[in-house]
Amino acid sequence: MYEHDVIVVGAGGAGLRAAIAAHEAGADVAMVSKLHPVRSHTGAAEGGINAALQEGDDWELHAYDTMKGSDYLADAPAVEALAQNSPEETINLEHWGMPFSREDDGRVSQRPFGGLSYPRTTYAGAETGHHLLHTMYEQVVKRGIQVYDEWYVMDLATTDEPDPNDRECHGVVAYDVQSGKIEGFKANNGVVLATGGPGQAFDHTTNAVSCTGDGHAMAYRAGAPLEDMEFIQFHPTSLPSTGVLISEGVRGEGGILYNSEGERFMFEHGYANNSGELASRDVVARAELTEVNEGRGVDDEYVHLDMRHLGEERIMDRLENILHLAEDFEGVDGLVEPMPVKPGQHYAMGGIEVDENGESCVNGLYAAGECACVSVHGGNRLGGNALPELIVFGKRAGRHAAGDDLGEPEIRTGYGDDVEDETDTELPVAPGEAGLDTSGSVAADGGVTADAEGILERTVESARERVDHLMEKDDGVQHAEIRAKLQKAMTDYVNVFRTEEGVKKALKAIRECRQEFQDVYVDDPSRTFNTDLQQTIETRNLIDVAETIALGALVRNEFRGAHWRQENQIRDDENWLKHTLISWDDGEPSIFYRPVILEGENKTYEPKERSY
Amino acid sequence: MSTQQAEPESQEAPEDPEMKGTQSPQERRLDDKDDGMVDEHAEKKAELEGETVLIKVFRYDPEVEGKQEPRFDDFHVPFEKGMTVLDAVMYARDEYDSSLTFRHSCRQAVCGSDAFFVNGRQRLGCKTQISDLEQPVRIEPLPHQEVVKDLVVDMDHFYDQMHTVEPYFQDEDTPATDDLEEQRQSPKNREKIKMSSRCIWCGACMSSCNIAAGDNEYLGPAAINKAYKFAMDDREGEEIKEHRLRILEQEHGVWRCQTQFSCTEVCPKDIPLTEHIQELKREAVKKNLKFW
Repeated sequence: MYEHDVIVVGAGGAGLRAAIAAHEAGADVAMVSKLHPVRSHTGAAEGGINAALQEGDDWELHAYDTMKGSDYLADAPAVEALAQNSPEETINLEHWGMPFSREDDGRVSQRPFGGLSYPRTTYAGAETGHHLLHTMYEQVVKRGIQVYDEWYVMDLATTDEPDPNDRECHGVVAYDVQSGKIEGFKANNGVVLATGGPGQAFDHTTNAVSCTGDGHAMAYRAGAPLEDMEFIQFHPTSLPSTGVLISEGVRGEGGILYNSEGERFMFEHGYANNSGELASRDVVARAELTEVNEGRGVDDEYVHLDMRHLGEERIMDRLENILHLAEDFEGVDGLVEPMPVKPGQHYAMGGIEVDENGESCVNGLYAAGECACVSVHGGNRLGGNALPELIVFGKRAGRHAAGDDLGEPEIRTGYGDDVEDETDTELPVAPGEAGLDTSGSVAADGGVTADAEGILERTVESARERVDHLMEKDDGVQHAEIRAKLQKAMTDYVNVFRTEEGVKKALKAIRECRQEFQDVYVDDPSRTFNTDLQQTIETRNLIDVAETIALGALVRNEFRGAHWRQENQIRDDENWLKHTLISWDDGEPSIFYRPVILEGENKTYEPKERSY
Repeated sequence: MSTQQAEPESQEAPEDPEMKGTQSPQERRLDDKDDGMVDEHAEKKAELEGETVLIKVFRYDPEVEGKQEPRFDDFHVPFEKGMTVLDAVMYARDEYDSSLTFRHSCRQAVCGSDAFFVNGRQRLGCKTQISDLEQPVRIEPLPHQEVVKDLVVDMDHFYDQMHTVEPYFQDEDTPATDDLEEQRQSPKNREKIKMSSRCIWCGACMSSCNIAAGDNEYLGPAAINKAYKFAMDDREGEEIKEHRLRILEQEHGVWRCQTQFSCTEVCPKDIPLTEHIQELKREAVKKNLKFW
């Protein structure tokens, strides 16, 4: 068994920042990640970091833009913490040597981005995430922070009191991908989940193959609710054949979207008469699909993004990476022809419910970055707001886990007297594991053993049994088949446009996936670098996470942010200024709601019509 | 085990790149890359449409009977427009043999996980179009590194070398963060370090380098390039630059490079590695002249 004060799971932007912060707060911190840190998907972020750095800009404007962009489903204390702390954290990255793009006077460059009232997106070419990731990993190396790379965390070691608010997380169980060895990692102070997004629940996604929602699923099964999972961002400009992302920076620099008729549809068809291409991402994604659905798509599938008029010099200076991506993954030369683009799953606004200190309702269990929902993004994330979330809330979670006092949080977590139960919606199938034989279950189970080590040992034991079971079984279904079915159902029915009937079909398909998973087996008999085994466990996580996305999409019968429902195409503030929370409840999920907090430090963010 | 023995260091070193007229080796290489590619490409694509592609994949597993002796497995993969080497091995794994093992994650040439030895050359699987390759396509793990299993090699030595060059920004005079005052850097200096900062740690360069193959302690092109990024960054002070040059000048540092350009040729991010190494040699000489 390994033992540290703070265990950080995942080594992308949020994990690295959390580890550095915990280390600076004096904790013995270790990072456990299924990838070497520099392989993390933060590296694929292109656009930039929103920070109110310049004269004339102000954190309050950033907060306002974020709240508006969220369609009034973000919590003001979280939004304001983001806007207030982002400038300092961005400059901190500069001090760590991050190679930001520069203005002639030597200051860091900032550019316009969708939904922003001021050009505050700080960037490093069109590869900001790559530089952010490497800069922070450099700082981890400098500090000598222990990294267990290519160790796959399978489960949390958590006590099992009936009320998750009483539970405590004592560590994690992981297996060494290279050797197959399964070990416990005891965390004396806390576990920070920084495992990224669940994009692999969809088959057309900008996300990496590794983005399988592991942290979401583990926290969910340990009792921390998942919040606002129905809010999935579909990025308007992904390449049709692979889902590779074309940065919003292209539109920020002046790139134009055309339909097959050569119309600049964002204006000509009235989707966003003021901001055009730079409207919020959900607005642009819906506009593109509407064009395609009404027969004005190119090849009935996509639209064109044209940046030729920007000129070679400007493109090479600020968007060079985009030329490479378009050439390598779509065979298109962005200097001489427009690039084909369509909406692709990009980001999950929802995640593990945490407060502004990063802590979930389970004591000692934290989450930061895309896997967490503080909530900063509400119904829709603005471009350039993901990277500041990593550094601002990664740092807070790391510090708090290490024992620093950050004050009492205003945001509440877990089931409590301020929530409202979901009672109306009829589900087409029972969610979770109801009615299934779950021997060899994967739910976190510390049992009655009171001490931390006993709980960890027991969790290790059940993880070993589970792996032995998967390895010893020699026929059945393979995970790839189940995963493909799940991804297809989600893409077909829980996409940009959603209907009650469609979402119900998705839930049925997910239920089938869950049933098939009962019969899953791992064909590769080797303990050495068994990716078959790892992907099988990931697929289970995807099933749990996809189900919460579909459940949220079914119960929220309104149109807010990225979530559109055919049956009620209005934002219904009277009934829906509240977060959706889904709790695992030992395999029989329940749904409840918590009101959104719109009261900020100096003002209340009154919901207004969101037009761009 | 290793799939390939070190080759004798026999190639002649080209002249100093700056003496070669107006074109840098980088530009020449990019030109070469484009030459004749487009037509051929279109032809191949048309030929392959609706066909299957034969890939021959290296297999090895130290603990599985029948795989302890390295072998090649054949997979016939249906060709689709835009199919990359990574797509092909993923297809083979998901449809034919779930034990086929390789690292991959982002699918867009930024995570650096999937450098393989494809048709005798280090390439990123996700960035290499099947239609650009001779058939059958032979896919092996990176040479000169221990094979863990199938296409997975042990990267520890690569990471160790990267860490040797103190790969983190160092400056005593960093302003206080709460002032919100950034260090100034000219766009020109930022441009100077731009290419070096693109490295994705894929290890293709190190694997292609004959010197690294023969001298296990050689820092290697990636680590030297990492040091270049900091040494050329005006935000770091002169003293730190000298400290960096001392690390690079050591016995297994920049002087071991024989300017064979193999690293530059295989780099999937087009980093002019050899030029960077040459430039650091010149910097080191300048500094030494100053010390004397």
